[in-house]
Amino acid sequence: MPDTPILLRERQYHQLKAVLARLRMDSVARVVFLVDKDGQEIAVQGEIGNLDTTSLASLAAGNVAATGGMAELIGEKEFPTLSHEGERESIHISVIGRLLLIVVFDERSSLGLVKLRSKQVSHQLLAMIDEITQADFSDEVSPFAGITDEDIDSLFK
Amino acid sequence: MTFINYASREINCKIVYYGPGLCGKTTNLQHIFEATAPQARGKLISLATETDRTLFFDFMPLELGTVRGFKTRFHLYTVPGQVFYDASRKLILKGVDGVVFVADSQEERMDANVESLYNLEENLNTQGYDLMKIPYVLQLNKRDLPNILPVADIAAELQRKEEPVVEAVASSGAGVFDTLKAVAKQVLTELRKS
Repeated sequence: MPDTPILLRERQYHQLKAVLARLRMDSVARVVFLVDKDGQEIAVQGEIGNLDTTSLASLAAGNVAATGGMAELIGEKEFPTLSHEGERESIHISVIGRLLLIVVFDERSSLGLVKLRSKQVSHQLLAMIDEITQADFSDEVSPFAGITDEDIDSLFK
Repeated sequence: MTFINYASREINCKIVYYGPGLCGKTTNLQHIFEATAPQARGKLISLATETDRTLFFDFMPLELGTVRGFKTRFHLYTVPGQVFYDASRKLILKGVDGVVFVADSQEERMDANVESLYNLEENLNTQGYDLMKIPYVLQLNKRDLPNILPVADIAAELQRKEEPVVEAVASSGAGVFDTLKAVAKQVLTELRKS
């Protein structure tokens, strides 16, 4: 079955950002992202500057999907972590449930430290993600329930 | 899969352009990219071979505007059309909110269209989706070429439900935004239902 939509409340968003901020500090990373496996950026912390975070999220998801496909072909469930080391900048990706934790770091940090710190927050993030994805909104009226055809048409004028 | 962020007041949806090799999926995205104001779209990422054939996917984020106080962002993807890239196509369909099937209107490409459409139905099923239930548009591309089949003949062969059928010439941009609008409208209408 396809995954259910992710509805992220303000409180949850700020909680996730706080965890990412701490991870970024502890791992001496440049940027820390949380992205879903379909490539949607959930939250980001760090020195973003001109970094195209939307494209990076999409490509990271494609990367994990492709290596996950390879894992299946050789009889593995998935590869839970991926690392790409460049001359100056590097990326570490951990699969946490249906989300990906992406850490971009440079020579101020090291792969070992990033791996360690990412692993340390993974349980906390997993619990938060479960809370987000399992929340029951059935009693709430969706803000989109009242969207009219005119609202939709207005987007294309 | 729709992602709604109440904190940043954004709705994010994923649309995939599907179809046989060389039908014009990437050309659709290139036209949208060129015709859209830079502040409304991100980079067009193309993971292509040296001969410009799509290897994994093309990707472009597009912001359409605000509805009910929420920014609507569409992530547009294409799949590689060549038959042997099926594993990649399956991956790209994960989390899809709407599909555009780009058919090549040339007579000699009809078999390729049919094969690709079956492949789409099969791969959607693998991901837990049903073509009959998801937002879907059939685009008949390359309407400017001499050896094309009549619209009615292609529709009779490829139309699966009451989906909108849009004639297009992606290389000049004709029909490209009509197609996008048709699928985006269905995606947002689905959002209203849920």
